[in-house]
Amino acid sequence: MRGITKRFLDTTANDHVDFELYPGEICALLGENGAGKTTLMNILFGYYSFDEGEILIDGKPALFASPRDAIALGIGMIHQHFTLVPTQSVLENIIIGVSESANPFLNLRAARERLLELQDRFGLHVDPDALVWTLSVGQQQKVEILKALYRNSKILIMDEPTAVLAPSETPELFRTLRMLADEGRAIIFISHKLYEVMEISNRVMVLRNGKVEGGRETRDTSTRELANMMVGREVLERIEQVETEPGDVVLRIDGLTAVSNKGLEAVKSLSMNVREREIVGVAGVSGNGQSELCEVLFGMRSPTSGTVTLSGKPMRLGVPGEAVKRGIARIPEDRIETGLLMDLSVEENLILENHAAPEYGGRGLVRKTAIAEHAEELINTYSIKTDGRTAAAKSLSGGNLQKIILARELSSDPKLVVASQPTRGLDIGAMEYIHGRIIEEKKRGAGVLLVSDDLDEVMNLSDRIIVLYEGRIMGEVRGADANREQIGLWMSGVQQ
Amino acid sequence: MRIQLTKRQPLPTWSRIAIPVGAIVTTLILAAIPILAAGGNLWKSYYALFYGALGTRFNILETFVKSSPLMFTGLAVAFAFRAKFWNIGAEGQLLAGAIVATWIGVYAVGVPSIILLPTIMIGGFLAGGSWAVVPALLKTRLKVDDVVSTLLLNFVMAHIMGALLFGPLQKPDASWPISEQIVEAARYPILLAKSRFHLGIPLAFLAVLVVWFINTKTVFGFRAKAVGVNIKAAHFGGINTTSVIIKTALISGGLAGLAGVGEVAAIQYHLLSDISPGYGYTGIVIAMLGNLHPVGVMFSAIFFSIINVGSQTMSRMTGVPSYISGVMEGMALIVMLVFLLMNEYKIRVVRK
Amino acid sequence: MINDIFSVTFIAGLIGATMRMATPIIFAMLGEVITERSGVLNLGIEGTMLMGAMTGFLVALNSGSLWLGVAAAAVVGMIMSLLMAVLAVYLGLSQHVSGLGITLFATGLAMFIYRLQFGSPTVPPTVVPFARISIPVLSSIPILGEGIFRQYSLTFFAWLLIPVVSIVLYKTKVGLKIRTVGENPFAADTVGVNVNLTRTLCLVTGGAFMGVGGAFLTLAHQNMFLLDVVGGRGWVAVAMVIFGNWDPVKGTIGALIFGLLDGLQLRLQNMGIQIPFDLFLMIPYLITIIALVGVSRKASVPAGLLKPYRREEKGG
Repeated sequence: MRGITKRFLDTTANDHVDFELYPGEICALLGENGAGKTTLMNILFGYYSFDEGEILIDGKPALFASPRDAIALGIGMIHQHFTLVPTQSVLENIIIGVSESANPFLNLRAARERLLELQDRFGLHVDPDALVWTLSVGQQQKVEILKALYRNSKILIMDEPTAVLAPSETPELFRTLRMLADEGRAIIFISHKLYEVMEISNRVMVLRNGKVEGGRETRDTSTRELANMMVGREVLERIEQVETEPGDVVLRIDGLTAVSNKGLEAVKSLSMNVREREIVGVAGVSGNGQSELCEVLFGMRSPTSGTVTLSGKPMRLGVPGEAVKRGIARIPEDRIETGLLMDLSVEENLILENHAAPEYGGRGLVRKTAIAEHAEELINTYSIKTDGRTAAAKSLSGGNLQKIILARELSSDPKLVVASQPTRGLDIGAMEYIHGRIIEEKKRGAGVLLVSDDLDEVMNLSDRIIVLYEGRIMGEVRGADANREQIGLWMSGVQQ
Repeated sequence: MRIQLTKRQPLPTWSRIAIPVGAIVTTLILAAIPILAAGGNLWKSYYALFYGALGTRFNILETFVKSSPLMFTGLAVAFAFRAKFWNIGAEGQLLAGAIVATWIGVYAVGVPSIILLPTIMIGGFLAGGSWAVVPALLKTRLKVDDVVSTLLLNFVMAHIMGALLFGPLQKPDASWPISEQIVEAARYPILLAKSRFHLGIPLAFLAVLVVWFINTKTVFGFRAKAVGVNIKAAHFGGINTTSVIIKTALISGGLAGLAGVGEVAAIQYHLLSDISPGYGYTGIVIAMLGNLHPVGVMFSAIFFSIINVGSQTMSRMTGVPSYISGVMEGMALIVMLVFLLMNEYKIRVVRK
Repeated sequence: MINDIFSVTFIAGLIGATMRMATPIIFAMLGEVITERSGVLNLGIEGTMLMGAMTGFLVALNSGSLWLGVAAAAVVGMIMSLLMAVLAVYLGLSQHVSGLGITLFATGLAMFIYRLQFGSPTVPPTVVPFARISIPVLSSIPILGEGIFRQYSLTFFAWLLIPVVSIVLYKTKVGLKIRTVGENPFAADTVGVNVNLTRTLCLVTGGAFMGVGGAFLTLAHQNMFLLDVVGGRGWVAVAMVIFGNWDPVKGTIGALIFGLLDGLQLRLQNMGIQIPFDLFLMIPYLITIIALVGVSRKASVPAGLLKPYRREEKGG
């Protein structure tokens, strides 16, 4: 790929990017969130068009009008969000769109034979007739890989493949990838996880703000160098920790059991507590009950059993208004879908939770001036970058959207802060701000429950770390004593 | 060859008025096609259209008369759509209101107007409102799609009305499905001499004001807006979304019910199966054309009334079938949708 | 009187009427199933059927050929649905509102054109409608034979379409594409299926069916065009798609129930029986609402229904 440039409405996602790939290698594409990695690969896959530049496959120029053309040239992509139809079988998902013969009818028998052959060859075993929704995430990923192999993909693009895997499943994936590479295929491995990149790749390409920062042979570089390239400066490895004496118990969870959207038990009889002036970090691979736990605390999910007590008084569950009333600051995992009204103004978003308070909405009527003053104050205090309090929320960047949520939630001096994936998808500057705020809250006297699948974040901030696996606490350790291997084992379900 | 849509910078606020106005103008221009196809003289036709609607005192008043049910159903639909309660059932809710108004109006002999008129209005409001609350409950409790459920209930109510008109409500010696006349005291007074300009028209304008007030000045209006924008976030923020949707449905259905009351109490003075020529469905077009804003609805309703009334005159004077009004309704909706889209995206046809 | 109801002639006649009344619903339902399976809710169905009814009648009257009328109705149905495709698929406008807009537009247009052609005559123009044909041997079966095997050729055609649609949907490559587009358009796109084209073709095919369904009403069921000739059957078809869980065969069962109730109430009315017939006619709608409740719990709704598909223009 040479000089690839791709512009969206107000950003240049890829700026004259050059990228080369050789057969038999695993090349990692590294960069922060928003660096342009996925966009670049979507272009290669034919999903996006590009504004400038050219693509050459085997030396010949290629122009993709759609993924169909890319697939025809042997390019396959396994996306972050799976492209499977849950209600259909594995076999149907794999053969969709493949027309090897002029026969209009589906030849399931021949397809099944070919699939089983592929499965044996690569050691990727999944029941062809199983319905996809019954499979685990790791198995679904195997189906995605088989889908690409079924189409004879010579170039495989993997977009953050380990984001949804347990640490124990990763070695298997790496084995498969290495086997495919040894066969002569080329693999592009998109990631922002330095350790994995060092482990699996032959070569690394770093993108920053849409431009190529540099390329290295993996054996010639280190995590520190790569981190610097990703961010452009020395990375703050350890956040200035503040020692505080934990106070009274502010949050107590007893025997909490909750069921996920699929009807399976996600949280199993969980008991834990959080004290004032303490940050408790919950680590774990996403999908092990963290989301459900947070949703219960947010009031968005009713548990099947168990109790939640705030400062000694039990909390009514399943009603978000209760959480608002009881003074819990909630930072939801998916801020856009759950926490914000994107088409409404900044001011309206800031007032969402207390719009009915006497000073803003007494006697059923909206008090415009009070609301406006409130908004201006918060915009200042939290340095929210926006065109104004009446600007639509959707015009703000990710970091500033999170600031709206922080402003809304923290301005009432809450006793408990529940933060779920607070820095997901944000750049380093926003991350630092949010980490700073969390520590501020701890200093002020709140108890903080930090749930994150970013282990570095959890380890850097927490006074105490709890590891969740399949809805249960696998282990608990003090932040200062935490050790990566130990936590990794717990995250994979190894009791120790 | 394909159509490419790219998000564009949103246009400034004047576009909120420019878009509906542009849609109306475009529709009027596009109407030239069926007019010419019908062999009508363009200038004569347009002249007849506007003269028939606005040319004489009687015509103008008649246009207002015809706009009042449209304002009510337009407001009903706009109010509901704003909270993303897709109320396609305004037609059935209108009928519910008409039925109750008839029932009370026929049997309340000897009750004075001052009591009877508010009674049929409240009764009609509650009837329409209840008929809308049913699908709202289905939506909030059982996740039933509101488009289909409100639509189907239109037909259920139409059949209920049919059963009543062939049964208990039927005029004793009639073989058609019509009801008895309602008592004098139940009829909307005519406010201006030598016209049909009745109480319902100022009521409609009052409704516009009330809806505007609810939307912009009340806490409930804010909640409804939030629910319409993102129900999950509204729920997260502590809003009782179920309660908001049910109350929205009640008010929406109630407004449609008032349209039905008006038809019985001001125009027909009895109930018949053709009591509504599709006002509930036209209300949807009017709501969209008015960009879901009460003032926009008001102007759209008047515009459509002009078309409806004027097309009758046009048909008499130039031979262009009056059904052109239906064609224009459909066109107006489609044009409006396209314009709304163009507000958000740049449309380009790309050759690839 | 009870004896009359259970008499052989009554039942045979009822079966025949059921088949007949169900026919336009079956056409429309099949068209809507294909469309919805690909992820588009076509609420323009009622207006499309009316345009089909009017066009079929118009062309048949002017050309003297009933089949030409049917063909014209199919073409008109395709045009209406193509318009829907432009609005809802390519421009990505709200499917609900686009569909309603098309119904309003098509209804107005149908009445406009008819009035233009024929004015308001005291005696409305008529055609010589299709005659029923009898399948030899089978139509001699007692009770059932008369009702089922002596029908309009269009009715037989509809019944032939049911297994065809079923087979195409479940057993062919095209069918898998359609179903995937309806369930997860992103998945289909990444595999190289042209989502918008698939949806458009499904809409257009559906439109052809809907047009023919409308033509049946003016060229076989009756022999003239009236403003309310479709009478809500389009909406019934939408309801039957839901009732049948988006499956063509199950949807047919719903269509037959409607046909049965329609035929029954007409016959009872002719016999002078005093039942509020409107209550009968309400039943299909009530059943559908109940079915809707059940459906919302299951995952049978095509997951991609109602969402326009655009390649997300995000950075990242």
